[in-house]
Amino acid sequence: MTPASISSPLSALLLAPFLLGVTRRTKAIAAGRTGPPLLQTYYDLAKLLRKSVVYSRTTTWVFRAGPVVGLAAVLCATALVPLGGVPAPCAFEGDLFLFAYLLGLLRFFTVVAALDTGSSFEGMGASREVTFAALAEPVLLLALAAIARTVGSLSLSTMYSGVDATEWSRASAAFALLGGALVVVFLAENGRVPVDDPTTHLELTMIHEVMVLDHGGPDLAFILYSGVVKLWLLGALLVGLIVPVRSGHVWLDGAAAIAGMIGVAVVTGIVESSMARWRLVRVPQFLVGAGVMSVLALVLTRG
Amino acid sequence: MHLLLLAIATLVGSGAAGLVWARTRWVSRVGAAGAVAGCAMAIVPAVRVLAGAPTESLRMSWQVPYGAFFIEIDPLSAFFLVPILCLSALAAVYGAEYLGAYREERRLGSAWFFFNALVAAMVVVVVARNAVLFLLAWELMALASFFLVTFEDEKPSVRDAGWMYLVATHLGAACVLALFVLLGCGSGSLDFDRMSGASAPVGLLFLLAMVGFGTKAGFMPFHVWLPEAHPAAPSHVSAVMSGVMIKTGIYGLVRILSFLGPPPAWWGWLLCGVGLTSGILGVLFALAQHDLKRLLAYHSVENIGIIALGLGVGELGLSVGSAPLAVLGFAGALLHVLNHAIFKGLLFLGAGAVAHATGIRDIDHLGGLLKRMPWTGLSFLIGAVAISGLPPLNGFVSEFLIYLGAFRGALSADTTAAVPLFGVVAGLALIGGLAAACFTKAFGIAFLGEPRSAPAWRAHEPGLAMRLPMLLLAASCVAIGCLAPLVIGMLAPVVERVSGLSPETVRGVVVSATGPLSFVALAALGILLLTALLAGLRQRLLSGRRVEETCTWDCGYARPSPRMQYTASSFTQPLTELFGLVLQSRRALVLPRGLFPRHASLTTETPDVCAQRLYAPVFTAIGRGLSALRWLQHGQVHLYVLYIALTLLVLLVWKLG
Repeated sequence: MTPASISSPLSALLLAPFLLGVTRRTKAIAAGRTGPPLLQTYYDLAKLLRKSVVYSRTTTWVFRAGPVVGLAAVLCATALVPLGGVPAPCAFEGDLFLFAYLLGLLRFFTVVAALDTGSSFEGMGASREVTFAALAEPVLLLALAAIARTVGSLSLSTMYSGVDATEWSRASAAFALLGGALVVVFLAENGRVPVDDPTTHLELTMIHEVMVLDHGGPDLAFILYSGVVKLWLLGALLVGLIVPVRSGHVWLDGAAAIAGMIGVAVVTGIVESSMARWRLVRVPQFLVGAGVMSVLALVLTRG
Repeated sequence: MHLLLLAIATLVGSGAAGLVWARTRWVSRVGAAGAVAGCAMAIVPAVRVLAGAPTESLRMSWQVPYGAFFIEIDPLSAFFLVPILCLSALAAVYGAEYLGAYREERRLGSAWFFFNALVAAMVVVVVARNAVLFLLAWELMALASFFLVTFEDEKPSVRDAGWMYLVATHLGAACVLALFVLLGCGSGSLDFDRMSGASAPVGLLFLLAMVGFGTKAGFMPFHVWLPEAHPAAPSHVSAVMSGVMIKTGIYGLVRILSFLGPPPAWWGWLLCGVGLTSGILGVLFALAQHDLKRLLAYHSVENIGIIALGLGVGELGLSVGSAPLAVLGFAGALLHVLNHAIFKGLLFLGAGAVAHATGIRDIDHLGGLLKRMPWTGLSFLIGAVAISGLPPLNGFVSEFLIYLGAFRGALSADTTAAVPLFGVVAGLALIGGLAAACFTKAFGIAFLGEPRSAPAWRAHEPGLAMRLPMLLLAASCVAIGCLAPLVIGMLAPVVERVSGLSPETVRGVVVSATGPLSFVALAALGILLLTALLAGLRQRLLSGRRVEETCTWDCGYARPSPRMQYTASSFTQPLTELFGLVLQSRRALVLPRGLFPRHASLTTETPDVCAQRLYAPVFTAIGRGLSALRWLQHGQVHLYVLYIALTLLVLLVWKLG
């Protein structure tokens, strides 16, 4: 662990809410509105942490434990993900599996907390969440394993520090395909358009937002914060691949990666402004398509 | 070694005592105390060997031809003995209370006799070093479990399940018998240390082992007895059968593999293929089930698939000469054997507690049990997280080892060998995601929300004898998750025995895996610590604030009823629809008609595709063919005696002639 490696989890913890602000602002501009301030998510978090709470009589301690365990899992995951060329504090062989399964733990507890309310709406959201996640997880792991095989490295940090311009010129086709697959995983896992619509709360088509319908106060703040940190982490895996700036200089690499993250947030906003959410039956096709791209990339990589 | 024999005698003796005092109130206590005492005695030599003591063995001559009465505890036997003994002892304690509910209507003596005989038979199976002794124990194990499965034999479904189990297990045993005969032919001895596969093609021996032991273990498509027999048995028996008895199949396979010498690559491919099929189809069928115990039985198929994946990775490693691949694959598979025993035992005991409290096994009629059965619910939740392979619990550790082996191999191997390994990575990820879906369903629908039926309203926590085993198993899930690096160190001698690699090689790989596993353990502790810290923070934030209670947000609809909650079937509908081609679910839908509809209903049922499409036609054809021989069956005893006499005469003539 180097002092510089603290910077990647620290930036995730501090800047993640900002990313959501960028996406929202982009959407507002595209719609001809002024939109909320860029720091709105921070204000939301601060407000939610100060609020009192109302619980359903149906719920048990599982409902209260869900956001807490979820946030703990995401905070652990921040220690594993490098920011572009800046390595993470914990890098070890096979850390990508731990990362994927930490997100799995977050999902498990979000889902059981949703089911604890006994509401059909939240049951629907939970049902869709586990369906799409079961398809997205193999895509994520296959894509990461394909990057690892191309670069010839076993942990997220060493593998992403190996993705530089020369590697891109060597395996451009495979990397492009993997970038596509990671975009799909990024959109699906974070509940963005075209898989899910993060702006509506009470539609039968909702996935993530409907699962947290009954949460409020500090619990909702925990959920919101885990959500943005997860967005940041999956975004970092994408940006690490598509922004291959590896100067060896921590600050330069970090700045390039953060610029890349903001770019991803802007593009997400543009995507969300320019297209509608798809019908649910098309989402599995979307995910399986991404899986095919990962497999194709694997075929293209040399051993 | 003598302690082990004494333990077996205790088990059998206490079982027999149960038979004698079958009508007294003491029967359950005697049976359970005997089981616990026997297990406690037998675990001493097992732990001693695992801790590094030399292999213990005992060889005595006996009247049976082809070898001696030969038993031995080596690290591999010891490793299988530990879960067998621990889970059996805990299940016996649980059973003492669980069977109490049947005391009025049933004779419990035979139940305890067969339970203790089953435990003794499993112990002998893993320590036997002579094929005759092994097969005797194997058969005793099958029969004892058959009589336990048919405990409630007045129900036709239970009788059918028992019958199916009996047929399946004997078909498997026939393959095992053929395997041992072929193995013993070359050397003329059936002692394991003198066996060699020289007399038959090794590939044939491998296939016989896969079918014979795979039937017991529940490899697809030989799994059909599992989802029938496990739900039919009393829950503590299901826990033992699913948690450890099917693992004797894995033990047999691993033991035989260690005789067969260096494997060709196709063994690894076949094991990976079988693992992927069992894993993915097992969890898919589990998703479509409504019966809690049937769902758990299908999950055993899934987990056996994961174990097979680990073994496949190990065999591939041996065939390409890659020690890391072999060691990590085998270590993952073996650790998963232990882990699955823990969490599956726990989940079956939990399902039993639910059935005990409500009399219901259909998830769609349960709900809200966590409030009524807090300890059972907590243990079930821990088991559910563990079986989904999520950190910080034990399921993740063994899956991580298999991932690590496959991943290391996939990165270094050439393209041909990398294909199955990437398949393993993607398959494990898919299995993990689907298992999480299945267990959020099982826990969420059964334990959370509002009760969907009157018995679920009235549910109550079971007594201490049933709660304590569940809590101990749940604690083991957490402990193994947090002590991952220590656990793999203990596996090294076992992996040595399985892989045939030198101790230094195995030790080297184990040391290299200790680093990542330390991080996994660190993450487990980190999650627990952060959860505690965040819970404290939340508590602090909420102290002094208003915390109100009201109803669940009902979207403006003023009269919600528990029946309007999402059910297990609706929860899994997107996934079962997506994989409809494989599952072939049957739906009976009655749509509401008219302006004021009175009635509408939807029933779904997912019978086993293998049983329906593969075995049913075969067995029907066999039955039709054999009905030609009906004229031999008169139902008159003296004719049957004549048949026996004639057979003996023919044998005599053949022997003398």
